[in-house]
Amino acid sequence: MPSYKLTRRDFIKISAAAGGGLLVGFPFTGLSKDAMNTGGDSFKPNAWITIGSDDQVTLQVASSEMGQGILTGIAMILAEELDADWSKVKAEFAPADKAFYNPMFRRQGTGGSTAVRAFWNPLRTAGAVAREMLVQAAANQWEVDPADCHTEKGLVMHDESGRTLSYGALTQAASKLAVPEAVLLKDVDDFVLLGKSMPRLDTPIKVDGSAIFGMDVQLDGLLSASVARCPTIGGTVKSFDAEAALAVPGVKAVKQISSGVAVIAAHYWAAKQGRDALQIEWDAGPNKGLDSSAITAEFSKAVESDGVVERNDGDVESSLKGAAKTLEAIYSVPYQAHACMEPMNATADVRSDGCDLYLPTQNQTRSQTAAMQLTGLPLEKVRVHTTYLGGGFGRRGDDDFVKDAVECSRAVGKPVKVIWSREDDILYDKFRPATYNRLRGGVDAEGRIVAWEHRITGASIMKQKQRGLVPGARDWSNTEGAKNIPYAIPNLFVSFAMVNPGIPVGFWRSVGSSQNAYITECFFDELAVLAGKDPLQARLELMDDHPRHAGVLKLAAEQAGYGKKLPEGRAQGIAVAESFGSFVAQVAEVSLERSRVRVHRVTCAVDCGMIVNPNTIHAQMESAIAYGLTATLKSEITIRNGRTQQRNFDDFKLLRIDEMPQVDVHILPSSESPGGIGEPGVPPIAPAVVNAVFALTGKPVRSIPIRLAG
Amino acid sequence: MLRLSVNGEIRELDMDPATPLLWALRDGLHLTGTKYSCGIAECGACLVLVDGKPVHSCVTPISSVANAKITTIEGLSPERSHPVQQAWIEEEVPQCGYCQSGQILAASALLEKQPKPTDADIDATMRDVLCRCGTYPRIRKAIKRAAELAGAADKEV
Repeated sequence: MPSYKLTRRDFIKISAAAGGGLLVGFPFTGLSKDAMNTGGDSFKPNAWITIGSDDQVTLQVASSEMGQGILTGIAMILAEELDADWSKVKAEFAPADKAFYNPMFRRQGTGGSTAVRAFWNPLRTAGAVAREMLVQAAANQWEVDPADCHTEKGLVMHDESGRTLSYGALTQAASKLAVPEAVLLKDVDDFVLLGKSMPRLDTPIKVDGSAIFGMDVQLDGLLSASVARCPTIGGTVKSFDAEAALAVPGVKAVKQISSGVAVIAAHYWAAKQGRDALQIEWDAGPNKGLDSSAITAEFSKAVESDGVVERNDGDVESSLKGAAKTLEAIYSVPYQAHACMEPMNATADVRSDGCDLYLPTQNQTRSQTAAMQLTGLPLEKVRVHTTYLGGGFGRRGDDDFVKDAVECSRAVGKPVKVIWSREDDILYDKFRPATYNRLRGGVDAEGRIVAWEHRITGASIMKQKQRGLVPGARDWSNTEGAKNIPYAIPNLFVSFAMVNPGIPVGFWRSVGSSQNAYITECFFDELAVLAGKDPLQARLELMDDHPRHAGVLKLAAEQAGYGKKLPEGRAQGIAVAESFGSFVAQVAEVSLERSRVRVHRVTCAVDCGMIVNPNTIHAQMESAIAYGLTATLKSEITIRNGRTQQRNFDDFKLLRIDEMPQVDVHILPSSESPGGIGEPGVPPIAPAVVNAVFALTGKPVRSIPIRLAG
Repeated sequence: MLRLSVNGEIRELDMDPATPLLWALRDGLHLTGTKYSCGIAECGACLVLVDGKPVHSCVTPISSVANAKITTIEGLSPERSHPVQQAWIEEEVPQCGYCQSGQILAASALLEKQPKPTDADIDATMRDVLCRCGTYPRIRKAIKRAAELAGAADKEV
């Protein structure tokens, strides 16, 4: 039975909350160094669970809800061990506080598909501790042994006498008890909520317009702002004339801030009109003259150098020389925009005594820190109120939009909401890095793949985030999905040569795996064909040490009817990828309508370990497939003269409903630790589709989005 | 002062007549269920019903709808009782939820016109509303479910 040992000092404080509730605080001592090392004692205690005397259970969720269903998922984890009555559970977004740091990040934030993985044990423990104290309180009142009591749906029951007490009736007594030194967690077989498809808590407010996104925040005296930025990425303001802008009715102020010139007005439309009336002279800066073609040329030179060697098994050079057949290919992917449906925005209220931030953010700690640095206020005076996020996909882990709002509010001494237009959102995104890859492979006379060389070049996200990386350093994010391919190939070389052309880059749903799964899984199919083998068979032959990859591959193939006769003009492609602790295989069935690829059906098999909410897993696979299909079939970001060439949904086109395939999701039961679910469905979709196109046409597709000759 | 009929109420607005309905609703009337996303009538997040027909509020000046009946997501039904909202809850359509006001209003207008839409009908109408989360398969299911719910309600009447 799983258990987690707690010591009494792990609990900073336990006390009666306002209204006589029971408040259980629980730092991640033993699971994360942060709570102890960062002096958590100087902060108010963390708190996940509040039980009111009215039986209302209020749970704090430290993860941001951007569509992935985490508000419900985290609440389920807490409520499971608490044995809460689900109908009385309310989940709230936690304030920014060290107590709520993500144990996998050492900050409060949501990304890397970590939420369930990081909080699974700590929050089960937090729930179990609360439950145990409630049982003790009831047992004391009844003068019975707690071991003779059990809990169910917010009630403590004494088995023999049939007496019951609700949690709400026990809050006062439980508040006075000592915290148990250790608690037992439930056996998986005893789960009541976990593993069941519970309705999302946020569905009702998302069908009547009442969910509050960052864009929807309203405060007394709130002003709206629009910021003009240099059309050339990285350029700066030389001078500006605000006269015409200030003449627009409703415009209150024009202020230069770090990112450009802000027009602050009574409402957004006035701010936008004012911004359009600004006269600004720009200094185009270092990126003037930078083109996508020049970036590719730079990459193609760098790919010849070793860069940082991430993997070097056997001897690739000599195995290539000795191979019966060899193949060399250049694969590339372009920059990609996140294109959240809710454009970037933030609301800040900076005062001399503190600062309130109302944010659709994936990174509370970074936002709080940025505001602290800009205002000079102590960290605890910066309060972060997290709203719902209209999409995130990694983009909202950045703080550029937060800084805009803080600077604007500080400049006018009033609360200000900064709204990026759609054009701002695409033009000034932190793009998924473009990469350029040279691959070489060799098969022997028996058709075995014996050599694999993958040289990657591209911009480094971690370098840009300036986390101490020097050029030529390692960056895990560029090689994930490449250095860990699941195939037993005796001679295997993977390297990354960092080239940073000056275009801002950032985490994009599934990060390195988003492009590396495409590149490696498609080159694999090219080698399988070279070896005269079926792509699925070729994979399974090399997967003895990777049963979870093989498991999802077999399940997806079986459910898709892989290898069976298809309607004329159709073909299937298969791909598998592991990312964020989960394993996903997909089979795509496609046809061509002239030069246009139509994806009819995607069969998806996922092994994400133990399951929180199956319905969420289905939804996230559907979502990841849609997200990945835009990058596979439709859109890309290109650069000309240092400017982003796409600016709205008319030239950065997203997948529409009539292009969405039928999606069938199959979950492989597993007792492994939970894996991530928000991202792992993305990596396999591009290669599954491209491999199907390859099967149909016999021609490999070595860059995406797919552009077939008409 | 300009007068608008929104969700059955006459509302007064002191805004430039050229202001897009979207910003008048959001900033003037604090009806924030109608969303801004593209501003160029490409994505449908800002859809509202004007005399029952879906209209992109981001490119509709308020002066042009002064005599019309405007329905936003807030006014679609009391207590989420519209069959489309009911079906959306049953099928758990929303993910991030940002585009859903537009999706729901587009779907409700479709069902008014075609009470039993085919897949092709659904695709042809709903292709006007973008969803980056990929709720499309559930939107298809939910529209069919809403058609059933609406049909059943009609029989009861």
